[in-house]
Amino acid sequence: MNLPIEFQLRRRTLLIGTAASAAALRFAQTAQAQTPVSKPAGAEKSAVTMTVNGETKTLELDHRTTLLDALREHLKLTGTKKGCDHGQCGACTVSVNGTRVNSCLSLAVMHEGDEVTTIEGLGTPDNLDPMQQAFVDHDGFQCGYCTPGQICSAKAVIDEIRAGVPSHVTSDLTSPIEMSGPEIRERMSGNICRCGAYSNIVEAITEVAGEQV
Amino acid sequence: MEFNKPADQNLFDRSKVVGKPHTRIDGPLKVSGQAPYAYERHDVVDGQLVGYPVGSTIAKGRITSMNTEAAKKAPGVKAVVTTLDIEPLGIWDYNAARLFGGDKVEHYHQAIAVVVAETFEQARAAAALIETSYDVEQAKFDLKSEFERLQGTGEPDTVGNFDEAFAAAPVTLDEVYTTPSESHAMMEPHASIVDWSDGGDMKLWTSNQMIEWGRQALAKIFSIDPDRISLESPYIGGGFGAKLWVCSDAVLAAVGSRAAGRPVKLAMPRPFVANNTTHRSATIQRIKIGAAEDGKITAISHEAASHTLLGGSGENAIAQTPYFYAGDNRYIIHHPVEMNLPEANAMRAPGETAGLMALEIAMDEMAEKLDMDPVEFRIANDTQIKPGNPMKPFSDRHFVECLRRGADAFGWADRNKTPGGQRDGNWLIGHGMAGAYRGAPTMKSGARVRLKDGSLTVETDMTDIGTGSYTILAQTAAETMGLPLEAVDVQLGKSSYPVSSGSGGQWGAASSTAGVYAACVALRQQIAERLGLEDPRFEGGNVVDGDMETALVDIAQGEELVAEDTMEFGDFKKNMVHATFGAHFVEVGVHAGTGETRVRRMLAACDAGRILNPITARSQVIGGMTMGTGGALSEELALDQGRGFFANHDLAGYEVAVHADIPHQEVIFLDTLDVSATPLKAKGVGELGLCGVAAAIANAAYNATGVRVRDYPVTLDKMIDKLPAI
Repeated sequence: MNLPIEFQLRRRTLLIGTAASAAALRFAQTAQAQTPVSKPAGAEKSAVTMTVNGETKTLELDHRTTLLDALREHLKLTGTKKGCDHGQCGACTVSVNGTRVNSCLSLAVMHEGDEVTTIEGLGTPDNLDPMQQAFVDHDGFQCGYCTPGQICSAKAVIDEIRAGVPSHVTSDLTSPIEMSGPEIRERMSGNICRCGAYSNIVEAITEVAGEQV
Repeated sequence: MEFNKPADQNLFDRSKVVGKPHTRIDGPLKVSGQAPYAYERHDVVDGQLVGYPVGSTIAKGRITSMNTEAAKKAPGVKAVVTTLDIEPLGIWDYNAARLFGGDKVEHYHQAIAVVVAETFEQARAAAALIETSYDVEQAKFDLKSEFERLQGTGEPDTVGNFDEAFAAAPVTLDEVYTTPSESHAMMEPHASIVDWSDGGDMKLWTSNQMIEWGRQALAKIFSIDPDRISLESPYIGGGFGAKLWVCSDAVLAAVGSRAAGRPVKLAMPRPFVANNTTHRSATIQRIKIGAAEDGKITAISHEAASHTLLGGSGENAIAQTPYFYAGDNRYIIHHPVEMNLPEANAMRAPGETAGLMALEIAMDEMAEKLDMDPVEFRIANDTQIKPGNPMKPFSDRHFVECLRRGADAFGWADRNKTPGGQRDGNWLIGHGMAGAYRGAPTMKSGARVRLKDGSLTVETDMTDIGTGSYTILAQTAAETMGLPLEAVDVQLGKSSYPVSSGSGGQWGAASSTAGVYAACVALRQQIAERLGLEDPRFEGGNVVDGDMETALVDIAQGEELVAEDTMEFGDFKKNMVHATFGAHFVEVGVHAGTGETRVRRMLAACDAGRILNPITARSQVIGGMTMGTGGALSEELALDQGRGFFANHDLAGYEVAVHADIPHQEVIFLDTLDVSATPLKAKGVGELGLCGVAAAIANAAYNATGVRVRDYPVTLDKMIDKLPAI
C-alpha cells in the first residue's frame, strides 16, 4: 500500500505505519499461546457483573480497567468525567452501593455485584433530578466538566450530614450535624471546579437540602 | 457589516431578552452528563484506537536513541511513532514550542513518542517500555539572576522624565514583587480524536477555544492545505488560554492515526499537562512610584521580567501600567528572558493578572506612606486618557464609580485601619482592596442564521468554554429577530460554520454577539425584501410594518431562509482605549498562631459595558475571583531549578482553590454602556474578575497582620515568624 505522505516522514515511520501494525497483531496472538511469563502484569481479563443505573451489565474487562473507564469506554456512559485519573479532582465521582467514590481509584473487576449510579441514572435533560435542576437554576457550573461529579457528591453530602457522619469542621459530635455552609464546603472540597462556581454550587445544595427537610 | 461609528440608540436599548437573567440553554445537557466533550465522541467515527504520549525527561538537549522494540511487541499495540521518526514539524505563528519531530529537546515533557493500541491500558503499558537516551545540554532556569542582569537595559516605554520626577517626589516607593508560574489546570485535560487514517482529509474532534486558529495551526504544523482540515469542539471542559492552541494531543493523535491507518483518540494524562503544554510565566517586577503630598502620582516605573522559549513573549506584567493610573513621568519595560522551560503563553488575562498582583500591592503601600485611604488614593489618580497621550481617551471608563460603589456595599469605611488591630478569637481580621483593569478588544466575527417554520438556528465556529456563549448568542438572535429564546437553537464550534472571534482575551462575548447580530440583520433585510417592506420591526414572532403583521412562521412556508454575515470593527476604535474596570474588596482571617489565611468575604464591582446576561456574567466574575484566590494563597508551579521542570504537575501538588476556600461572593455590575465597543455596547467580563483580586487578598492579609508579603503565593511560612505576639 502506498500511502500519500504530506509531511516529512522519515522512512522508518512508514515501515511502522504499514508493517508494524500487522506485526504487533501477530505478536499478540502468539504471545497468548505461549507461556504466561512473557505477558505484562495485569493484562488478563475477567468477567464482572454489576448493576449500573438499575440495569445489570456483564463486561469482560482488562484487570487494569478502572471503574471510570468501564463506564466511559465500555458502557459509553460518558457523563462521568476523567479530570485527573488519580483521585485528585473528583470529576469521576459516582455512587457505589450508596456511597460516593472516585471511580478512577477503583478497578472495575473489584465491583462484582455492586450497584453503581452515575449522573445518567439521576435524571435526563427533560426530567432532571432536583439537584440537577438546582445546579441549572443557581448556575452552579460553567464549562460543565466537573458538574456530574459535583452533583453526585452533592447528593451524597446531604445524605452523609443527615446520617451523622462527622467532617473535619464538625465541632460537636454529640448533637445532630447542622446543614451549614462550612459543612457543605468542607465535604465538597474533593470536587474541584476550576471555573470557580463554588459560591453558586453551595447555594444549589443548600436549596435542595432545605426543600428535602 | 462594519461597525464604523459609535452605536446610536438601538434595539438593545429596549431589549426584552438581551441583558435579562436567563439560565444557560446548554445547562440541562451539562447537568445530566449528556453534553459530549472531545474524548467522548464514540459515535463520530468507527474503529477508534487509543494513543498515549511519552514526554522528555530532560529540559534541554538531544535525543541520541530511542528503543521501541518492547513497546512495539506489547499486546494490542498498533503503532509506535517517535520524534526521531519524523522531521521537525512546523510551529504555528503564536506558539514557541515545537510539538513533535526531530531529536532536539527544548523543554521537559516535550512529546517524544506516541504509542497507539487497541485500548488505553495497552497503550499506557507499552509507552512505559520505551527507553530513551539523551545528550543533556546546559540550560537556564534562574529568572532572578537574569532580572538582575537586565535591569535598566532595553528600550522602555517612557513619558516625561521618570528619574527626575522620582528624585523630586516627597513620597516614594521602590519595591520588588514576584509572582510564580501558574497552570491553567482546566478540568478537562487536552484531548482529541483524529481521523487521518488515509493521509487525506484530517478530521478532529477536539477541545479547542479557537477553531479557525486550530485549522490554520494544523495546516502549518503538517504543511497541508487548511481546507482539508476540519475541527469540531462543541463542548470544552475549560480552557483559560490553555486551549487557544493546538497542542500535542491533537498532533500525536494525527501522527498516530496516520501510522496506524485508523482514527486515534488521545487525552493528555493529567501529570503531563503542566510541563507539556503552556503556562503563565513567573514574573519579577520592580515598581517605583513617586507622589506629591496630596497623593497625585508624579512618577511611575514598572520593570518586569518573565521567562519564555525562543520566539515567545512570556508574561507581560506591565500590560496595565501605561493606562491604569495617571502620572506625568513614566518608565515601563518588560524583559522576556529566554529560558529552557515549558512554553509560557496566555493564561486568563495574560499580563494584567501578574501585573496587577504586584502593582496593586504597590498602590496599597503608597497609600499607607501617604496616610491616605487606598480607595481615595486610586480615585486621586484616575485618568480619562492614556497618560501622556491626550489624543487617546478611554471610550468609557467608570473606575471611580466601581471604587465608590464597591466600598459602600462592602462597608469599607467601617474597617479597622491599623494593621494587626482586629481580632476574632484566634483569627487576625484584615480588609484589603485593589483595582481591576483589563483591555476590551474586539475581533472580527461571523455567523450564519437559518429560519425555518419560525425557528431560528445560529451557526458559528464560536466556542463556549463555560463562558455562556450558547446562551448570550441565543439571546442576541432572539432579540434581533423578535423571537422568544426558546425558538432559537445555537450550534457552535465547527470549522464548517462561519469564522468567529473564538474565545480568548475576553473578546468572545462582545465580538461574537456582534457577529450574530450582523447575520440576523442580513436575515431581516432578506425578509423585508421578500415582503416588499422598507424597514419593518421584528417583534413578538412577527414582522410588523404599520398595521401589517406577518408571523415569521408563515414567511417562507416550509422553505428555509439562510443569511450569513461577519461583523468587522472599524478603524475609529483605534482612536481610543477600550477597557474594563473593577474594584475588589476582601476580608480575610489570618490565624494568629499558624499564619494560615482564609478568605471570609469577597466583593467585586465591575464596569464592563452592557451586561448581556447577569447570571453568566456574574459566574465569569466569581470564577475569576476564585482563580485569584488560588493565585493569592496557594497556586505555584514549583520549579525544580536543577532539572528545569515544574515538580507539582498534577492536581494534588498544584493547589487551586477548592470549595472550603471560597465564601459567598458578591458581584456588582455598573449599569454602563460603551457605545463605541460594539452595536450591543458590550465589553468582555471573563477576565476582569481575576484582575487585581489576588492583590486585594494580599493587602487584606497585611491589614490583618502588619506583615507585608511581596512574593506570591501568600503562604504561612512567609508570615509566621513576623506575626504579632500571641
